[in-house]
Formats: sequence, structure tokens, C-alpha cells
Amino acid sequence: MTLRNKILVLVAALAVLAGVATASLLHAAGRADKKNQIQAGGPHVSTGTVSLASGSERRIVFRNMAWGPHRDELATVAATAPAGPRTASGVKCLRFYAAAGTGICLQAERGAVTDSYRAVVLDAGLKERAHYGLPGIPTRARVSPSGRWVAWTVFVGGDSYAGTNFSTRTAVLDTRTGRLTSSLEDFTATLDGKEHHAADTNFWGVTFAADDRHFYATMATGGHTYLVRGDLAARTVTSLHTNVECPSLSPDGTRIVYKKRVLGLPADAPWRLYALDLATMRETALAEPRSVDDQAVWQDGNTVAYALAGDYGTDLYTVPADGTGKPRRLLTAGLAPAYLG
Amino acid sequence: MYVADSRGTPAAATDAARARSGRRSAIAPTVFALGTVSLITDVSSEMVTAVLPLYLVTGLGLSPLGFGLLDGVYNGFSALVRLVGGHLADRGGRHKAVAVLGYGLSALCKPLLLLASSLPMIGAVLAADRTGKGLRTAPRDALISLASAPEARGRAFGVHRAMDTAGAMLGPLTAFLILRQAAEGYDAVFTVSFCVAALGVLVLLLFVPSRIPLAGPAGRAPTAGTPSAGAPAEAAPHPSLKAALALLHVRPVRQLTLAALLLGLATVSDSFVYLLLQHRLGVPDRWFALLPLGTAAAFLLLAVPLGRLADKVGRWQVFLGGHAALLLAYVLLLTGWQSPALPFLTLALHGGFYAATDGVLMAAAAGSVPAELRSSGLALIQTGQALARFACSIAFGAAWTAWGDRTALGTAATVLTACAVGAFLLRPSNSPKEARP
Repeated sequence: MTLRNKILVLVAALAVLAGVATASLLHAAGRADKKNQIQAGGPHVSTGTVSLASGSERRIVFRNMAWGPHRDELATVAATAPAGPRTASGVKCLRFYAAAGTGICLQAERGAVTDSYRAVVLDAGLKERAHYGLPGIPTRARVSPSGRWVAWTVFVGGDSYAGTNFSTRTAVLDTRTGRLTSSLEDFTATLDGKEHHAADTNFWGVTFAADDRHFYATMATGGHTYLVRGDLAARTVTSLHTNVECPSLSPDGTRIVYKKRVLGLPADAPWRLYALDLATMRETALAEPRSVDDQAVWQDGNTVAYALAGDYGTDLYTVPADGTGKPRRLLTAGLAPAYLG
Repeated sequence: MYVADSRGTPAAATDAARARSGRRSAIAPTVFALGTVSLITDVSSEMVTAVLPLYLVTGLGLSPLGFGLLDGVYNGFSALVRLVGGHLADRGGRHKAVAVLGYGLSALCKPLLLLASSLPMIGAVLAADRTGKGLRTAPRDALISLASAPEARGRAFGVHRAMDTAGAMLGPLTAFLILRQAAEGYDAVFTVSFCVAALGVLVLLLFVPSRIPLAGPAGRAPTAGTPSAGAPAEAAPHPSLKAALALLHVRPVRQLTLAALLLGLATVSDSFVYLLLQHRLGVPDRWFALLPLGTAAAFLLLAVPLGRLADKVGRWQVFLGGHAALLLAYVLLLTGWQSPALPFLTLALHGGFYAATDGVLMAAAAGSVPAELRSSGLALIQTGQALARFACSIAFGAAWTAWGDRTALGTAATVLTACAVGAFLLRPSNSPKEARP
């Protein structure tokens, strides 16, 4: 082939490939645009004031995933009518939690050459109190019952060719002093009674106790996951139990609901919700038969809420925390709920 | 990402002749063609790498933790594939054919990502992608070496690695621009990635010559003092597996392999280096994702100058010097000084380490391996180095677990010093200086 012909072939192929690339881009852009249109039969969402303050009517504040102009905004519904109309705040979050007038919102931030993520601490009026850059993709967020402590977890991943190595980074923030521990890996860890430090140690899914000193979380190392109890004053974590992920402490501090990796389930959907009695260490399977990949929240002393994949992002469900009953759908197109009021 | 694996390039004897006879500054067209192929292919693959975590977590809603457990298996497998690729390429001088196979396989994996929806399926596609990468690396490097005049190989590899790294830096940017136009448009990212990869294969098919005359001086230029002078390659061995393994009996090849292996044993993997930057130098969280860019930028800027330097003062010296830069980076990390300049300096040294070792090692190796066995020989050395680095990662992780990061790093620095001294002593006194022009 002469050079001229080679160049002709190249130019022709370039045109075809550019056409395919452009078509796929336009297709994806059109699809993305559709999500900004309100879907028929979806929940009614209107702009209004969303407050994180306690003392008023019992309500749920969550990330609204219903298509339309308020997608991904924090929205609120009355706890008594979760399927009712939603009030959207204008504040967009990927992950969210709130307690006692303090909110934590993990959000994407558009940059010139790449997107980044940040954690924003919100006051009761959803005004920013402080923000922190995040090293990866947000996955979990929690606030202590008093509103003083905040924790979040992000995925950090893929720094090698066709990289498949992912890790998590969990940070804890004291909103009173502003002291940020950017990784729980800085805490002294005790595993099965022995001090433990390993490069493969990962933490995720912090849940705070009411005493503003203790917390529980998942620690993973050597291919196993552990429930650890942490001490914010002593800056230590100690293992209590194995095969526990994303713990959620009950309001009375006696039980933990978590996702447990159950043998024999498919690799893609390996988890079931379990409750652990911290006094007896007895495990009870909850009545949700599907695989749950979420950190549950307690609706009250008896029931937990969690997200499962739905037609529009995720839907929220509830199930009793004692193994009885049946799962019930709480609301559609929502994620990351916090019960307030 | 940009590191140990080199991407292969074909070469033509005419190129070598041209480069030799013409102006010294000319880089063979084949090297440019292969650099272009690598640049385009890296744009394609790094687009995918950049969005993969986000795709798994937000696109598919998967928890990718523990996914890395298979990395060990992949590493072992890809080492094997690399040797096979090298051997196949040498049989009948099919460097280009094997390179096309490797690039083509990786390109075909891109649309498959659209169909894979579970972690095992995605793992399988990524494994196939890596297989393609393993296949093409040695033949491509063999082609670069065959297309270049022996005395300018360091620079030729430098040019190739710089182009390759430029692609690696452009890939994430491209992916970002696509996601900016189409939120959650991962399918568009994968489709565009495929189109880019297909373009790379086409450039390879059209602009890299397929026939490399094996006989004659083209492969082993008889310039006075060329590296091949030390290799007993005159017998023109038939490219069999046995002959490939017999390369280890060739003294310079054995020494180079041993040295690369020794030094690889003390080369802490990139992920650890970035973790240590955070742990020891207090690099803020929000910069974490940008750390590999620092290494890549230094690699990009230094690859050509250090390649030229290697041609002038000797590849072996520059290769060892690169490890000295790595040692210095370890020392900086050990100090734990929280100075704002230190992370930049460490990343510059880290990138400089790659610039002084990645292509330079191939340039040095090309001088010791006869043209008939060039792919096999390069594959052998690359594999030895990759396996040693993998062993180092495992050992370093274990040391971190047992003693903590500081002691682990201190140990790595000590081992690196010892290995560097060992490698230095390995260098035979009677071996020729690399391609002194």
C-alpha cells in the first residue's frame, strides 16, 4: 500500500470511528437529559425549606432520587406519610446523614479538569459550617446522636493499569473542636487481643454511641471483616466480632444491625441483614430475604430502614430488627435517610 | 499504570539503517509510529481505568472491596503470557503480528465492559485486557530496538515511553470530558475507548512495517563498541523456547536479568509509595487521586533526556542511577518532614526513577540479546523484573503488618541499597560500555 492509500484508509476509518463515538456520546447525553425531566407517576417534589432541627414534627430527610429538577437534592417527607409530597432543599448530596441539628453531606464538586468530592458539615438550616476534600467516592456518612461527631467513608481505587485494587478511607471529625482524623488507620487497633497494624487495614461504616465517646465500625484486614468498638478519647479500636459490615447501633445502644456476608450466596449479592445483641453476641437474621448493601438506620427502637435497588436509583425499605415480620417499602426513589424531629 | 509494563513497538531494518546513516538526531519513523500506537492505546485504556471505580460503585452499585484479591493471580498469569508473547513473536519474526493480536484483544475488551455487569465478569474482561497487554509488550519493545540504531536506543525508548505516558495522562481527561457531557455516561466512555483503541490498532497495522530482516547487521549493528559485541550471538540461534531459555546462559543477559530481578525485589509498588506519601509526609486527602499524575509528569518530562544520557554515559549507569533516585525518595519518605516541597520532590524522584529505568533497561537488554531472540529475551527480563516487584509488594505488605510503615520502608531502603551494590558488582568488568557513540 502506498503512503497515500494508507492515509486514505486511516482518514476513512477515523471518520467511521468518530461517528460511532459521537453517536454513543449523544445517546448518553440524551439519556442523562431525560433524568432531568419529571417521570410520570413519580412522587411530587416542590421547592421549600428543609430543616435538620429537632423538636418539630417527626420527618425523614433523605437524598431524593426521583427524576426531575430536584434529583439528588436533600428532600423531606413527614414520617407518618413517607410516600407523600416531598419538599426539596436545593442542596445536592450523594450521601447524607443528620442528627440533632448537624448534617453531613458528601457531594461531588465540579472542577476544570476533573470532578472531586467533598464532605460538607451542615447546620440545622442546611448552611455550610465547614468542608473537607475527599480522596475518593463517597459511600457512608454518620453523625453522632448529639450532633457533635461526624464520620464518613470513601472508596479509593484503581491506581494501576486495569486496576482492581480498592480500599476505603474513613474519617472522623469532632465538629466542636474542628479536629479531623482523616483516617481511622491512625487509631491504635487491637485485633483478637493483639495490637495490629497492616497496610491492608480498611475501615468503613462508623456508627456512634450516645455517649460521644464510643463508636462501632467495620475493620477489614487479611480478607476478613471485624466489628470493632472504638474509643474517640483514647483513639483506639478493638475487635469484638467477625463478619460484620456497616454496623448500625440501636438508639438504646444494645444491638447492632449490620450486613453479614453469608456463605453460599452469589458473589454479587453476598449480604443479609442481621442483628447482633452486644450483651450476648447472639446473631439474629432479619426478615429481609434480599441482599442489602447499605448501612441501615434505626427508625425507632424496633425497626430499621435501608436502601435496595429500584427503578429510579434506590428505594427505601423497613423491616423489624428482631427477625420477625416482613420488609415493607417506605418510599421510592430515595437514599440515605435520616429520621429527625 | 505508566510503569513497569512497556508497550511494544515494531521496527524495520531500514529505519535502523536510516537512523544510523543519517543525522544522529533522527528518530526512526517506526519508533514514532509505535509511540503513536502506545499513546492512542493509553488514552483508551486509561479512560477506562479512570472511571472504573466510579462505574462499579455508582454505575453498577457494587462494593468493589476485596476485588484486588485476584491481582496476584493476574500478575502470575500475565507474566506467563508475556513469555509466550515474546516467544511467538520471535518465531518467524512475527513481532508485528503478535503486537496486533495483543492490541486487538485489549481493544475488543472495551465493548465487552458494556455487557459485563457483575464483578466476576468485569474481572474476566480486565484479565483479558491484561492478557493483551502482556502479549504485546515484548514484541513492541523488540520492534523499537530493531528499528533504532544501537547507539541511539536509549533515546528511542525514551521517546516511546514519553509518548506512552502522555497518552496515559490524556486518558482520564478524555473520560472526564465525556462524563461532563453525559452524566453517568459510562457506556459512552467505553464506546469511545473502543473507538480510540481501534484507531491505535489501525495505526499499528498501517504504519509499522511487518518484515524485519533478521540476518545481517541490521539487528546487531556492527558499530564499534556496540552492546551486542559482548553477546555470543553470532550463532544466530533458532527461536525456540529452548533457545529463549538458553539466553540465560549468555552472560550479559543473565547478569542483566539478575540485576533487574535484584533491584525489582526492592522496588516498592506505586500504591505503597502513594500511601506512604500520605502517611509519612501528610499529603492531604484531596490530593491523593492526583499523586500518580505527579509521577507520570516527571516520567514524561525526563524519559527522553535520561534516554539520551543513557546513550552517552551508559545505560547501566543510568539504570543504577534511577534506583539511586528511588532510594533517595525512600529516604525523603523516611524523614517524615512535613514540608510542602517534599511531596513534589518525592514524586519527581519517583517519576525520574521510571524514566531512568523503564525504557533504559530495554535499551540495555536489546544490546545483549540477539535479534532473532529479541522479543523472548526482553520478555524474560521484563518478567523477571515484574515477578520480583510483585514479590516485593507482598513482602512489603507483610513487613508493614508486622512492624509498621516506617520500619517496613527502612527495610526496603536497606534492601535496595544492598541490591544496588549487588547489581553494581554483577556488572562484569570486561563487558562493553553501552553504545558509546
